[in-house]
Amino acid sequence: MSIDWKQYELQEGFYDELISSPGNPRVPARQLANYLSSLNEDEIQSIKQASESTIRDMGVSFTVYSEGENIDRAWPFDIIPRVISSQQWEKTSAGLRQRLQALNMFIDDLYHDQKIIKDGIIPEFILKQSKNYRPECEGVNPRFGVWAHICGTDLVRDGDGQFYVLEDNLRVPSGVSYMLENRSIMKRVLPEVFEKVNIAPVGDYPEALFNMLASLSPRPGDSPVVAVLTPGIFNSAYFEHAFLAQRMGAELVEGSDLVVGKDDCVYMKTIGGLERVDVIYRRIDDMFLDPEVFHPDSVLGVPGLMRAWRKGKVALANAPGAGVADDKVVYAYVPQIIKYYLGEEPLIPNVETYLCYEDKQREYVLANLDKLVVKPANESGGYGMLVGPHSTKKEREQFADLIKANPRNYIAQPTLALSTAPTLVGRSKVEPRHLDLRPFILQGESSYVTTGGLTRVAMKKGSLVVNSSQGGGSKDTWIVDTSAGKA
Amino acid sequence: MLSKVAERIYWAARYLERVESTARMLAIYDTLLFDLPRQLNFGWYNLIEINSLEESFNERYTVQDERNVVKFLIGDESNPSSVISSLKAIRENIRTTRDVIPGDTWELVNELSQYVQENMNQGINRRNRHEFLDQIIRACQQIIGLWQVSMPRDKAWEMLKLGQNLERADMTTRNLDAAVAAIIQVEDDEYAVNSHQTIWGNLLRSLNADQPYRRAMRSSVKGELVSRFLQTDTQFPRSLSFCLEDMATAAKALPRSEKVISDIHRLNQTVTKGAEDTGPGPELRDVLNDLQISLQYLHFTISRTWFLNDQEAESLAVAQ
Repeated sequence: MSIDWKQYELQEGFYDELISSPGNPRVPARQLANYLSSLNEDEIQSIKQASESTIRDMGVSFTVYSEGENIDRAWPFDIIPRVISSQQWEKTSAGLRQRLQALNMFIDDLYHDQKIIKDGIIPEFILKQSKNYRPECEGVNPRFGVWAHICGTDLVRDGDGQFYVLEDNLRVPSGVSYMLENRSIMKRVLPEVFEKVNIAPVGDYPEALFNMLASLSPRPGDSPVVAVLTPGIFNSAYFEHAFLAQRMGAELVEGSDLVVGKDDCVYMKTIGGLERVDVIYRRIDDMFLDPEVFHPDSVLGVPGLMRAWRKGKVALANAPGAGVADDKVVYAYVPQIIKYYLGEEPLIPNVETYLCYEDKQREYVLANLDKLVVKPANESGGYGMLVGPHSTKKEREQFADLIKANPRNYIAQPTLALSTAPTLVGRSKVEPRHLDLRPFILQGESSYVTTGGLTRVAMKKGSLVVNSSQGGGSKDTWIVDTSAGKA
Repeated sequence: MLSKVAERIYWAARYLERVESTARMLAIYDTLLFDLPRQLNFGWYNLIEINSLEESFNERYTVQDERNVVKFLIGDESNPSSVISSLKAIRENIRTTRDVIPGDTWELVNELSQYVQENMNQGINRRNRHEFLDQIIRACQQIIGLWQVSMPRDKAWEMLKLGQNLERADMTTRNLDAAVAAIIQVEDDEYAVNSHQTIWGNLLRSLNADQPYRRAMRSSVKGELVSRFLQTDTQFPRSLSFCLEDMATAAKALPRSEKVISDIHRLNQTVTKGAEDTGPGPELRDVLNDLQISLQYLHFTISRTWFLNDQEAESLAVAQ
């Protein structure tokens, strides 16, 4: 049996990325859909198997740490790509740049004059109570005034087909290596489609990342020494840290490989002695960066690193303290932030957000817990959430208590009709599964947006949770130019 | 190159060499069994003493028999030098250096670990032991061959050569020691002369040194010559002098290597002198023991020179 798009069961009220109505693929996905329906069951299976063995051969894995042991799991991957037209992507990409630019101006303002608070746009207590505001960073001037150099912004499409920003990850966003690996897998298993369709390449990310990092060097002109700082093999994103270091030709270091000298410069221990490091792409959280300033018992960080950074002897990306804007309450203000600093309307809207510290909004949230998604302001990875429509009465009562006890720490959003895309289920059946999209945005001297991003898909029927730590998978993301066909 | 990466590669190479040499050492004793007169009370426990593992062996076993010795040297995870522990150590070291060591190493090491685990009983029982040990040796050679043809001759390569040769030199002293220990045991036996021949011949064969020996020494198998060959031959890759020279070459390509190189040369002189002065009797065992200690010191020098520990790095950092 082959794939019959007429049999594809579109879900009422949800936007499907590939299929507009039974049997009708959207324009950018037309050639892909036709190709897929030309395959018989065995061919589909052999593509599926080829993708799995490619994943094993390339060693794409994410690590789950449980019961004292590391388990490398193969990366769960669906062979049917998600397709977006290049016209739509151009607009989205401009919106992402706009957003990061404004967020960086906001962070820089917070650590200097705090004009936005003085002007009454943002209430002061938001800053006072923020878990991610670092007084240690006040008055520091990172190059180009940029604090969040690498941002992973989660986009979702609601029932109306419009992209919304769900959250901005400004601390240590991960997933970009999977975006790159997904493309390599697709090239190997669906080469025929690449011949026919104008799919924009994604492979320039490591180069763009390296150039951005190099531009931050405190010793411009020289060829800078760039290092990726990882917490080590036990971290779930270790694969990505190693991958990016390798692709950029940067050193992959752990805290114990680095030392700060009397001259406040950062050095790495090499077989030739100590060698100065100019730029550190750190993949460990603020609180573990420097035991002299933050957690004193952190063994992941480097004593003296903050001192070196404050004196401008080393660049850190993202800068410490950048996470202050990665807060779901600050998120609710991003439209105002964009207007305040850039005088522009946001190009990509936010998801409607209720702030629990405001009395009226909290009352609404408490009365509608069964319809809303409640999130803590400072967690990531899908932990500590309440998904109203899927919750039990007991869970709702628990959250009601949590919200009342600490309203500042919670926001709520309507349950989104997260868009779907056809996903292979069983041998040759396709069913809609919910997904989101995480593009990565870089900002240094100039800015850059990945072509598409990482599409994460909830592999379980009906599930809205796409995080890989919670059983999600991924798809390749194609930005397709439909204006000119390939000859 | 980061000190830590250098250290991991060095250890990965050492452990791989240890796996192969351990298998070879067991093979010596295994084949000896076939050739020596049955009335000889032949001591497998020698292998434990030779590897200085008496303490941990006796913690674990009360009976010092063939079965326990073989089990301890191959499949016992409480023995840090066993084949299975060494393979685990290789995995841990290359997991984090996959960008420097050819990627296929990872799969080959995993396969070998799996093979050893699944076929452990074949090694313990005499019937299939030869084939089992042979498979281990072959798998090691496959990995070494992979490195040989696919690694750029950069600093990672030199680190790998240092680890490989240091361990190889150490294991050659131990293999030689194993033979001498066996000789001493058969000393007063009426079959002694024939048995000596058998033991030395087996030692050579298990190190693939049979033909190279004959070509270099132009002589039948004689204890004195075998001992000298394995210590000072300049062309055979498992001889001590060869390993040391290879290490000196590797060290020259690395920064700050003066002390390591002079230590290597001094040790090589000791080897030559010892081989000239000492015959293949009991006193050779002391010489070999001293050499093992010197090799351990050489390791410390290497470690201090290139694997900066916190204290050394700290003192350099203060100087900046």
